[in-house]
Amino acid sequence: MDWLTILVTTVEAAVGVETVVYALAALGVNIQFGYSGLLNFGQAAFLGVAGYGLAVIVSTFGLPFWLGIVVGLASVVVFAFLLGVPTLKLRADYLAIVTIAAAEIVRLIFRSVAFKDVFGGSDGRRAFSGTFYDMNPFPPGQYGIGPFGFSERVLWVLVLGWFLVGISCLAIYLLMKSPWGRVLKAIREDEDAVRSLGKNVFSYKMQALILGGVVGCFGGFVYALAFASVQPDVFGTELTFYAYTIVILGGAARVFGPVLGASIFWVLLVLVGNTLSEAVSAGYITFMTTTQVGPVRFMLVGLGLILLLVFRPQGIFGDKREIALDAR
Amino acid sequence: MHAEPIGFKAKAQAAFAGLESEPGVRKPDPILVVDKVVRRFGGLTAVDVDHVEIQRGSITALIGPNGAGKTTFFNQLTGFDTADAGEWTFNGARLNGVPAHKVARRGMVRTFQLTKALSKLTVLENMRLGAQGQKGENFFRAFVQSIWRGQEDAITERAEQLLERFKLDKKRDDFAGSLSGGQRKLLEMARALMVEPELVMLDEPMAGVNPALTQSLLGHVKDLRDQGMTVLFVEHDMDMVRDISDWVIVMAQGAVIAEGPPDTIMSDSRVIDAYLGAHHDAPLSQEEAELQLQAAEAELEEEAGIEHAEPTEPNEPAEPAEPAAASEEKKEASA
Amino acid sequence: MRRAVIAFTAFLGGLIILLSAGAANAWAEGEGLRGTLTFQGQPVNGVKITVTTESGAPVGEATSDAKGAWEVPVPATGKYTVKLDASTLPPNAAVRGGNLTRTPSVFEGNVSTVLFALVAADGAAQPGEEPEASAESRWWTRVAQLTFEGFNLGLIIALAAMGLSLIFGTTGLTNFAHGELVTLGAVFTFFFSSVVGLPVILAGVVAVVMGGAFGYLQDRYFWGVLRGRGTGLIGMMIISIGVALFLRYAILFFFGPQSLPYNEYAGQPGIDVGPITAAPKNFIAMGIELTVLIVAGLALLKTRTGKAARAVADNPALAASSGINVDRVIRIIWTAGGAVAALAGVMLGLSQNVQYQMGQDMLLLIFAGVTLGGLGTAFGALVGALVVGLFIQLSTLWVPPELKSLGALAVLIIVLLLRPQGILGRRERIG
Repeated sequence: MDWLTILVTTVEAAVGVETVVYALAALGVNIQFGYSGLLNFGQAAFLGVAGYGLAVIVSTFGLPFWLGIVVGLASVVVFAFLLGVPTLKLRADYLAIVTIAAAEIVRLIFRSVAFKDVFGGSDGRRAFSGTFYDMNPFPPGQYGIGPFGFSERVLWVLVLGWFLVGISCLAIYLLMKSPWGRVLKAIREDEDAVRSLGKNVFSYKMQALILGGVVGCFGGFVYALAFASVQPDVFGTELTFYAYTIVILGGAARVFGPVLGASIFWVLLVLVGNTLSEAVSAGYITFMTTTQVGPVRFMLVGLGLILLLVFRPQGIFGDKREIALDAR
Repeated sequence: MHAEPIGFKAKAQAAFAGLESEPGVRKPDPILVVDKVVRRFGGLTAVDVDHVEIQRGSITALIGPNGAGKTTFFNQLTGFDTADAGEWTFNGARLNGVPAHKVARRGMVRTFQLTKALSKLTVLENMRLGAQGQKGENFFRAFVQSIWRGQEDAITERAEQLLERFKLDKKRDDFAGSLSGGQRKLLEMARALMVEPELVMLDEPMAGVNPALTQSLLGHVKDLRDQGMTVLFVEHDMDMVRDISDWVIVMAQGAVIAEGPPDTIMSDSRVIDAYLGAHHDAPLSQEEAELQLQAAEAELEEEAGIEHAEPTEPNEPAEPAEPAAASEEKKEASA
Repeated sequence: MRRAVIAFTAFLGGLIILLSAGAANAWAEGEGLRGTLTFQGQPVNGVKITVTTESGAPVGEATSDAKGAWEVPVPATGKYTVKLDASTLPPNAAVRGGNLTRTPSVFEGNVSTVLFALVAADGAAQPGEEPEASAESRWWTRVAQLTFEGFNLGLIIALAAMGLSLIFGTTGLTNFAHGELVTLGAVFTFFFSSVVGLPVILAGVVAVVMGGAFGYLQDRYFWGVLRGRGTGLIGMMIISIGVALFLRYAILFFFGPQSLPYNEYAGQPGIDVGPITAAPKNFIAMGIELTVLIVAGLALLKTRTGKAARAVADNPALAASSGINVDRVIRIIWTAGGAVAALAGVMLGLSQNVQYQMGQDMLLLIFAGVTLGGLGTAFGALVGALVVGLFIQLSTLWVPPELKSLGALAVLIIVLLLRPQGILGRRERIG
């Protein structure tokens, strides 16, 4: 068994690209679900809309990179608004179903043959990240300590990604201790009560949905740039479900909960996956093949989500008195 | 304003002197005027109020048997439910079609039958939420603490004064969920006052409250009037109504059937009929038995203090056709 | 509820009329291209068709059979070039317009039809009137065919939706793992037929029984325990996502990522009934589905347990206070719901290949059906599911088949916008 490789990949996973992408997605979910009680199960679509916004502008239409970023952000805001208008008046369970349906609609459109000229069908889009890597201030080479390290491209993505995570956390921290955040938390508890106190509940929910979408969409940009491509199936419902798992793992309604949750989630996933693969190929485990390791990892995600909610719904860092799981 | 204590009640009652005890009677200085409000659920007409006025500066009680449509009527007036027809004005301004939060901003604030204390916020946060026009509730200004800090301190001070008045000051940093049922009612009332309303609408303020707290709650309701506010409250219990109200409006089967001062309204034959009517001279039909069961069950839920359970709507059972039939049967029975 | 019964009856009535008129194959297995060549009303045999990808890589060849039909399976969705070899045509025939190539698009899970209109070689056009008239009649044939397929799909959705809706009504659980119960039905059938060696019909029966047992066990040892602990509804909803992930990947672990047909009835040829073409298995499957739905409906309306189930769905606290054993009713609903969902899977496996995501792919359609009808109502779910099934298939008259689910989901959003409580749902009380 190659313990060094396992160690290196595991440690790198704690700060890696996936962790950044999922931390941003989960930070958005935390604003919507953790603080406001909005069961938005369409978070994947926000990442997708942002990633595709950038990719389509640059690679389909050949327009500048920065315009792609602006269009991606604007599309996310518009999408949040369009999604919010019909759904934010619905009960929590209906909201969950409708948002998941909306996200699937978006994914089906991205992968459709009818729009293949624009979105590239199931292959997605590539060749739009040139400008981004041209801006890379790190000269080519390997950066790191001992066996741990990243190439200059990955480092550039990570520096920017973690900067976005930091900015988002700061914004969430400032907002949630303000009266604005108080209204959101009150809406999570009982929106009729908030309405009776003269607050425009719909407007606050919309603001939360848009803010959560925008924070999540940074994850879409990071994904698109890190892998220099977007494919429709990356933005499926499971991305959203993992983001929820991460929020609950870290602790809902905690500023840093999703970030720590994302790190732990990916460390565990990589550690379990690599250890099992190594064990299988070294012959220690004989009842499964290396291709079966993938499913086992995600079975464990499901099992972990169940156990967390049953035994520690406040997650690792949450406050049990302050989570929205016992409400409708 | 600062006359001797007895003056408030006398003054409020003087306004009603010489009024006829008829449904829809005109008041000398109405703050709220309601015309032809109708709300139907399928085949059942839950509310059908022809004309009602609420006198400014008084305590008006809205009473009626279970399922009379009191809460539904409240929901119409406060914008929580849309009326099928009708028009009403508050301080002369039309209020129909105005969404709930704008109704509250205009100075007409309600409480709920099942208390809606925000249980995962502290008592003080609950209170602060009630304040209007907060700069820090704007998304962009929320980022800059210096913009809203001063206002927040003023709000906190006012909240603390109110909490002291309602004897909740020792609980200020507790989660509202840890309060007893009666304390939650007090908190909800105090929070409503943070809005600085002109008209306070209380939906069964005494329901589920420990008898020891009832007197203090009644005292607070009287205080509201003495501070110049108008109070409209829903209640089942006629004894409690007699004690504090200046005027009583009686609803039954969605309509206002009688109005009058508390002393005389209790002996009104229409009111006695509404409360006892069909029930004491005809055996219960199956549907009526079902309705009663539902009502009893809703009360049980209240007692258990289940905040998140959906209450049964006695006005709105599963099959709207049946209660309509039931009310027809009732009419036949009383005829 | 009365309206629900009326709507239900109306749908059943419509279905029976449709069945007597005739019926068809739901959605095809795999992607492909096909066509039928006729000349002066007669099928043309022995014409060679060559299919290449857009870039010219060869995909396959076919020769039209005695009925004039040809078919070429293709490996993936996308655009293809189809060439007709003019030298193999009858000497007096030619392709109208003279263009021997077509470039059709193939969508996911669909076989695209490629048209080559044959005319007399001297260039004389066929009678001008006829193509138009036949175009219209062809359109109506398609409507009939799609309506049939819509009912077929709707009935499968309805089977799954009924259990989901009743579980929601009685326990408040929005079960995201219901799609996996459907997958399990198909996977069990596959296992007992292809691996154990039972006939598919017997394997299906075993799968349904196991589905019921799984439903029972889930409630007995999992959901029932959670309810006892007072787990919140949103908490349970997210737990069900965990269950869905766990089951889905467990199925992937044991079954693998491949997509396989049952070892019987897979390539059954279609028969024509009226304007509709379908494999006999579809008629039988629909008959079974209909029977089960009618039996379930009657059980809900007539039996003591059924009435108790509806009472609990309507108002659990009231039902409990009137002496109904709520836990027992919930367990029966879970058992029956699991069995019926497995049946939906068995039936789905007849028209699709068995694959570990088949239930997940269907979950949103089940939700759409349930939500359209109003969460928690048994008959609402039925009506909603049929509406969804019909809408999906009929929408392919106007939209590409790959986007057909999209329309159903869009309708879901629009209906909820107008009627937030669903078609047959009930509004909640405020205050």
